[in-house]
Amino acid sequence: MLMQNKGGSQGRNQLVDLQKAGIQRNGRWLVRGVDLSINRGEILTLIGPNGAGKSTTAKLVTGVLRPSEGSVARSGDLRIGYVPQKLSIDWTMPLSVRRLMRLTNSLTDADLLGALSATGISHLIDAEVRHLSGGEFQRALLARAIARKPDLLVLDEPVQGVDFAGETALYDLIRQIRDTTGCGILLISHDLHMVMAATDTVICLNGHVCCRGTPDSVSRSEDYQRLFGANARGLALYSHQHDHTHLPDGRVLHGDGSITDHCHPEDGHHHHHDHDHEDHDHSHEYGHHSHDHGSKDGEAARHA
Amino acid sequence: MLDDFFVRALIAGIGVAVTTGPLGCFVVWRRMAYFGDTMAHSALLGVALSLLFSLNLMVSVFGVAVVVSLILLILQRRQALSADALLGILSHSTLAIGLVLVAFMSWVRIDLMAFLFGDILAVTREDIALIWGGGLVVLAAVVWLWRPLVASTISEDVAEAEGLKPERARLLFMLMMALVIAIAMKIVGILLITSLLIIPAATARRFSASPERMAVLASLIGALAVAGGLFGSLHYDTPSGPSIVVAALALFIVSLLPLGRSGADATTGGIRP
Repeated sequence: MLMQNKGGSQGRNQLVDLQKAGIQRNGRWLVRGVDLSINRGEILTLIGPNGAGKSTTAKLVTGVLRPSEGSVARSGDLRIGYVPQKLSIDWTMPLSVRRLMRLTNSLTDADLLGALSATGISHLIDAEVRHLSGGEFQRALLARAIARKPDLLVLDEPVQGVDFAGETALYDLIRQIRDTTGCGILLISHDLHMVMAATDTVICLNGHVCCRGTPDSVSRSEDYQRLFGANARGLALYSHQHDHTHLPDGRVLHGDGSITDHCHPEDGHHHHHDHDHEDHDHSHEYGHHSHDHGSKDGEAARHA
Repeated sequence: MLDDFFVRALIAGIGVAVTTGPLGCFVVWRRMAYFGDTMAHSALLGVALSLLFSLNLMVSVFGVAVVVSLILLILQRRQALSADALLGILSHSTLAIGLVLVAFMSWVRIDLMAFLFGDILAVTREDIALIWGGGLVVLAAVVWLWRPLVASTISEDVAEAEGLKPERARLLFMLMMALVIAIAMKIVGILLITSLLIIPAATARRFSASPERMAVLASLIGALAVAGGLFGSLHYDTPSGPSIVVAALALFIVSLLPLGRSGADATTGGIRP
């Protein structure tokens, strides 16, 4: 399924290109019909509820997973720096922060220290990784990923467990890395405000691409108003993206009452452009979403 | 006063221990103890096949261990049964088939106990050459694959995303395990091989601040256990294989004692209860 970069006008700058990519496991589509490309110097942010396929999409981008359909093309010698959503280090493995930094490549001491200073944990260089707090561990993982000077940074909820002030600083750092190195960044976040400030493109996933756009175009759109209104007025308006509900058995109940096995963006059950929240009772969907957000902390679990 | 057979045993045993040290660290880090056991148990099937078809013993044991680990990989992909159930099935059925085959071959008389528990005192010069030759091959491969092996132990996904080919490293690791089992069988026996992988590595954990240090220490501790076990075996006239394992266990227990703890790791450096 892997193809060489097709080139074209964007070929030189394009780092990765997904075309109608989907992945199936045990008869279920984890994510399907994803079109996205990341260029040098671009920050692309994935948002969406739990189980929307954000991490799966990141793994398609990095090559950890192969697509069941569609294609994934990476530029020839793409150097990736990856911060996975979950990483557990068995306690039998003695590992200092210094050693973690050199996990997948050798580093000069200057690069190593520079990356640790940038993420604010240079004082922890000789600490054992399993003694770090959740936030410190995330900073160490981010430092490791940027120290190898990647062409593409893939960050799966990189600020989980980081306190609010630190979160702002780390997002600043991520933008700064993009500005100075010109690498492309794929960022997965559930935090809309922080991400929208620095990102070039936002894609909302829910098993497929629900909506996408530049922050500018999105922020002028009704969808964007609803996204941010969601935070101001509770979760109610957040439901704009989800005119369907994923049933426990994996099937999909659509807004028009029909039930299908998968959710295809183009199957006619979706009505992204004619929402009318005033006239519909969304209470069921509201409950669904508040549940999602309530379990966010559980999803971000990490073992030391 | 060391008899010649004893020196040979010592050299062979230390050769095995030096090889099993780093490999054993990965067995501990990756929680593959039962997997190692399964490969080791399949060695008896290798012994039986070698007798049946007049094959070289080590080649036969190596081949069967490789086939068993490949079967395991394929069965795990299908996800029909949990990994430990699959391991249990393969582990004991290969051991049982080996025992049954040996019993059928009424024309050969073999010392089953020597295969099960080792016969280090009957080590020949050729055995020493094979042990050190095979051991050096394994150690060279571990050094060559060190970064991908450690990285994929911590995160298979990160190793894959950052181009370290963890799949290849895992496959080669299995071949190394099979080779170590083939060369270690004569020293401690099929049933005790895993102990030489796990106990020295677990003992080394408390004294190690890095994976590299733990691997080197595991080799040294293993060699110490071999020497201690062999001297004990000579002194008390006990079977050599089990004596080596008892010596390794003694070192492990000593490592648990709160003596001269190093660094700030005093509270959690030992084995968790």
